[in-house]
Amino acid sequence: MDKTPNTTPRQSWTFSNDVNSDIRRAAATGIYDIRGGGAKRRVPHFDDLLFLGASMSRYPLEGYREKCDTSVTLGTRFAKKPIELKIPVTIAGMSFGALSGQAKEALGRGATLAGTSTTTGDGGMTPEERGHSEKLIYQYLPSRYGMNPDDLRRADAIEIVVGQGAKPGGGGMLLGQKITERVAGMRDLPEGIDQRSACRHPDWTGPDDLEIKILELREITNWEKPIYIKVGGARPYYDTALAVKAGADVVVLDGMQGGTAATQDVFIEHVGQPTLACIRPAVQALQDLGMHREVQLVVSGGIRNGADVAKALALGADAVAIGTAALIALGDNDPKWEDEYQKLGTTAGAYDDWHEGRDPAGITTQDPELSARLDPIAAGRRLRNYLNVMTLECQTIARACGKSHVHNLEPEDLCALTMEAAAMARVPLAGTDWYPGKPGF
Amino acid sequence: MGNTLDMAQLELRAVNSTLQEAASTKANDAYVIDNPRGSHALACGLNGPVDVTINGSTGYYCAGMNQDASVTVKGSAGPGVAENMMSGTVTIEGDASQYAGATGHGGLLNIKGNASSRCGISMKGIDIVVHGSIGHMSAFMGQKGNLVVLGDAGDALGDSLYEARLFVRGTVKSLGADCVEKEMRPEHLEFLADILAKAGAEAKPEEFKRYGSARTLYNFDIDNADAY
Repeated sequence: MDKTPNTTPRQSWTFSNDVNSDIRRAAATGIYDIRGGGAKRRVPHFDDLLFLGASMSRYPLEGYREKCDTSVTLGTRFAKKPIELKIPVTIAGMSFGALSGQAKEALGRGATLAGTSTTTGDGGMTPEERGHSEKLIYQYLPSRYGMNPDDLRRADAIEIVVGQGAKPGGGGMLLGQKITERVAGMRDLPEGIDQRSACRHPDWTGPDDLEIKILELREITNWEKPIYIKVGGARPYYDTALAVKAGADVVVLDGMQGGTAATQDVFIEHVGQPTLACIRPAVQALQDLGMHREVQLVVSGGIRNGADVAKALALGADAVAIGTAALIALGDNDPKWEDEYQKLGTTAGAYDDWHEGRDPAGITTQDPELSARLDPIAAGRRLRNYLNVMTLECQTIARACGKSHVHNLEPEDLCALTMEAAAMARVPLAGTDWYPGKPGF
Repeated sequence: MGNTLDMAQLELRAVNSTLQEAASTKANDAYVIDNPRGSHALACGLNGPVDVTINGSTGYYCAGMNQDASVTVKGSAGPGVAENMMSGTVTIEGDASQYAGATGHGGLLNIKGNASSRCGISMKGIDIVVHGSIGHMSAFMGQKGNLVVLGDAGDALGDSLYEARLFVRGTVKSLGADCVEKEMRPEHLEFLADILAKAGAEAKPEEFKRYGSARTLYNFDIDNADAY
């Protein structure tokens, strides 16, 4: 008997299963989704760029034999004591509170072994972190939790946080589950309450005020410490130019893939620009001011391997910072905890409820039993290994492009696989000598 | 006079480094600053017992992050005076601009005149006495410490307050989200008597009203969304 053929059941692209689950969750709870991490959506990224390598007109360096320097000096503009790093990869700011004490210690250990710096976060400086970090950058945030002049003087550099890529224009939120007695004490807050971090600094507005604030910080620290200004990927040309105007030694530029401990999913996914789109405008601002390499640029947000590092440097950055990748190196989202991720309603690789403090890997938690799972010495070694691999990968590419220092990588070493990446990175689309917006076309 | 620093002759760095060194030696020296001419970041980062008198008005962040030092401004102070102060005493004979005592952790900020908006914003343990009135949004997100105002308070006093205590003798134009009037108990009257005496303020504890956090915003509740 003839059967009328049915059409295949068709899912809506607009109302996908993911979207529908969001709607059902919102309808059930009445509150927006909060999560950790950075943008998960696919955006143009470093994967959309390729290096050209050596050819008739480029002479490569011999791998393992000819030197390819990776050292970076940050803070050469005004600071008496710039930061000297062996590698161009630093550890981004993440707070004790968002992370366990063991995780912060592991970050310090790993960074120190690899010859780079690590950074405090919204919650002050812990003695463990200072003790295990040869070079520690002290964040100066709107909340000023734990801020004090003794720690300011103990720091190797000061990073004034204006914004971050996951949430340019947003403050922070640490839910009550993670406000233990120690975290509360460091932040001068009652235990167990939701801690809100302000989105603006309490005692300055705008770059003119910030210039005076930087003067104060320099006067308090005898003009020794490099002053970084961290901005989210919002208006990178003007943000960078204004940071330079305000007196920054270093600009830290964090794209939308950069992580956060916790904020609204809608904020993470819909505010800010991809890291790839931010670098060239920021470099352009530095060049227009005659400050490229005088004020160093550190780029963060979705850096995963040595190729990403090399591409960021080729586009004009002086160094990169990693956060999410560093946590993964420590053990975050490791499939070995899959059973426990399943119990939390998620799976390894997708776990992002960092704010709830139930991290099976013991990293984004204040629970003593869970955080004891992370051995800071072993985790620090994993981070060291990972940082070393990234550096070796970056050197491999730089040598192939004939560069004796990774800073000699340049946009001319790159091409783009997509129109979008070509436009954002301002490098030619593969196989052409053109990119959208190129002058003269 | 040996311990007079004249800013008509000396740069800011020279003045501050002299004061900072004196503070570090903990010798209880006294210094007079002449001709401050509205300089920013003056007498900031002092970390020991030194007595500093500034003959004139100052710019931003005077006595910022003060520890143990006693700084007196014989004039008015610009924005952020005694910001993030840890301990010691900072006295302003005139008025103070915005953000006075912002994020201060301890010590006494004694403002003999008025203070502008956001006085005591994010305060974390500092005691602030304002002999005159204060502007809007004062003690926003105040966490710890005490703000005592002999005059009036502007709009949105104590918005999003944590555990800071606010005492106002005059009128309050409006209270911010989650800030409420609270009962004045004997320990509060005792505290007021003590701090008013320390600040040389002529007022009686009984004349004040106390304000603090209703603590309804401490843990997020969607039913309070209108308050955010």
